[in-house]
Amino acid sequence: MIEIVSRGRCIACDKCVEVCPTGVFDHGPDGVPLIARQSDCQTCFMCEAYCPADALFVAPRAHPLPEPPDEADLAERGLLGSYRRQIGWGHGRTPGALLAVGPPLPDAGGAVPAASPADVIIS
Amino acid sequence: MTELDLTADVLVAGGGPAGAWAAIKAAEAGADVILVDKGYLGTSGATAAAGTGVWYVRPEPAARERAMASREGLGGYLADREWMARVLDQTYANMNELAEVSRYPFPVGEDGAQIRRGLQGPEYMRRMRVRARRAGVRILDHSPVTELLVDPDGAVAGAAGHRRRHDRAYRVRAGAVVLATGGCAFLSKALGCDVNTGDGALFAAEAGAEMSGMEFSNAYAIAPEFTSVTKTAFYSYATFYHEDGSVLEGAGSTRGRSVIARALLSERVFCRIDRADEEVRRAMRLAQPNFFLPFDRQGIDPFAELFPVTLLAEGTVRGTGGIRLTGFDCSTSVPGLYAAGDAATREPICGGFTGGGSHNAAWAMSSGTWAGQAAARHARALGAGSARRPARGAGGAGLRPSAGARQPYREVVEAVQREVLPYEKNYLRHGARLAPALAALDQIWAQARRALHADGAEVARARSAAAMAAHARWMYASALTRTESRGMHKREDFPRQDPGQHYRIVSGGLDEVWTAPEPGLISVAAAS
Ligand SMILES: Cc1cc2nc3c(=O)[nH]c(=O)nc-3n(C[C@H](O)[C@H](O)[C@H](O)COP(=O)(O)OP(=O)(O)OC[C@H]3O[C@@H](n4cnc5c(N)ncnc54)[C@H](O)[C@@H]3O)c2cc1C
Ligand code: SF4
Ligand code: SF4
Repeated sequence: MIEIVSRGRCIACDKCVEVCPTGVFDHGPDGVPLIARQSDCQTCFMCEAYCPADALFVAPRAHPLPEPPDEADLAERGLLGSYRRQIGWGHGRTPGALLAVGPPLPDAGGAVPAASPADVIIS
Repeated sequence: MTELDLTADVLVAGGGPAGAWAAIKAAEAGADVILVDKGYLGTSGATAAAGTGVWYVRPEPAARERAMASREGLGGYLADREWMARVLDQTYANMNELAEVSRYPFPVGEDGAQIRRGLQGPEYMRRMRVRARRAGVRILDHSPVTELLVDPDGAVAGAAGHRRRHDRAYRVRAGAVVLATGGCAFLSKALGCDVNTGDGALFAAEAGAEMSGMEFSNAYAIAPEFTSVTKTAFYSYATFYHEDGSVLEGAGSTRGRSVIARALLSERVFCRIDRADEEVRRAMRLAQPNFFLPFDRQGIDPFAELFPVTLLAEGTVRGTGGIRLTGFDCSTSVPGLYAAGDAATREPICGGFTGGGSHNAAWAMSSGTWAGQAAARHARALGAGSARRPARGAGGAGLRPSAGARQPYREVVEAVQREVLPYEKNYLRHGARLAPALAALDQIWAQARRALHADGAEVARARSAAAMAAHARWMYASALTRTESRGMHKREDFPRQDPGQHYRIVSGGLDEVWTAPEPGLISVAAAS
């Protein structure tokens, strides 16, 4: 679930408020969005993908953490903005889609298909 | 505040891939189009968050034949060759448009050609939004539809809803409506699926449409315990374990998933992706970065360490049941109403099984295209005044309670979840468990019909709760009717496929749910 809107990093662009599919954020009085409905968060990571300032952190847990994680620690571990970086969004980055060639996968029946090394079945 | 009152030729409800393609193709056919989404066109729905492999097959007869034959058995021979051929053609065309019109950055293979068999969700849907805007589609985000509008003859004439960010009701009167609201995953928190509560199916039923294939609604996907990331493809490289580290025999991501479900009833199940070599691991990271988010963020090395897994319900998102279609144009039995994507039945191309990728995405873009084009034709044929017809709201449960009392939507949501999420009820099906669950759901519905109610922006939540209740009843009524195992519908009390039940099952009704076999419609190459 969404756990952090970094006051230090946020540039108050409203993108997360706009794109969150479940309407988790409200505009904050000073421009920094508020996590107004955390329990509606569906842990989809989309707000992170759109945040230009790497100011958001979505914990992979589908329920709130007892306490929000430590922002400095996340930054140190390279986790702030990591999803956006991996999909190659942001100025000067290569779109992740361009590199998205997965490993060969068995079909649904369990047999590994021959001669389809470049299959990109994403499931 | 007064209601926002708009008109259009075509209204599209839902902005996942099905709705986006519908809106674009209707606009390209000359229609004035409004698209409304519960969330945001670009991020909302299963595709945007998850990404999809796509059933993209070159138009070579042998390759097409193989593609069509590969799933027929798994789907219980309920798919239809003519539909499959059309979807393969349309998907091929749309994927090529994505490359050429939307300049989607497909990866390039060793032969220098683009590999067009997969789409990353955020990238795909961001580009679909841009294209919809360019085509002149008016987009209303954060504006869930709450009911259809019907004219005095019973034809669909628009929809009404609520703008969440403005706390303002709206209505759009239109010549035709496309329902592309996705499937129903019962708020299980599967990746990107909490917007998918089966709303379109409820709206369609209230206007008089039927469902088909609702017994094929028990998709459960693997996720690391306590997380949302139900991306399952890479578990084909995994081994599953008991807590003591011994192998859970028979467990697997495709055929052995029910073994995992059964084990989860009494113990925790662990997993390690230990059959992937270095090269495969690298490819996995590039192909699906979101698969690794739970691991990287919790400090787990999924290739080396055991981690606990769970199964999350994805209902009809990766099941195949939905609104019954009456033609290749994705029309329904209600004039002016079209359905596309997961909201519609996917039996025409999948029969009773999907899950492991590709067909759903192909279906969303193909059915969206046809529904949009047909809706534009329908609106044009009705003529200029069609959007100004007198129209009334068709909605019932959660909107117009029949008694005065007030039941909060959360109560209904939790009651429905208790009947549909447990593995022993929905996944590991048995008549002795399905029948009491259906009886409980009938009670839940009756109570909700009388008392479920909400105000303002909460109306959409009440309607979602009602839609989940309706969905669950069609599911279990159909599951009880199909006294055999076929496709993903497996009955412990009827473990075999019965050649005498080689037909689809249609269902419908709200206060009284009914089911009926639909024989004789399937053109298959192979017999069951
Ligand atoms: C984790 C995961 C992985 C998947 N992988 C694959 C794969 O590899 N290959 C494949 O083919 N398929 C895959 N699928 C299935 C695929 O994502 C869906 O079939 C596809 O998204 C369906 O598209 P859609 O447009 O019908 O629905 P969605 O993409 O779910 O979009 C539905 C839209 O309708 C909106 N909506 C809902 N209710 C309302 C309302 N009342 N009013 C207005 N709008 C509303 C929602 O906000 C949403 O934007 C996967 C699904 C999941 C969950
Ligand atoms: S993770 Fe998804 S649902 Fe949660 S706040 Fe971000 S965009 Fe919204
Ligand atoms: S998207 Fe990022 S920078 Fe923009 S308002 Fe949200 S948190 Fe702040």
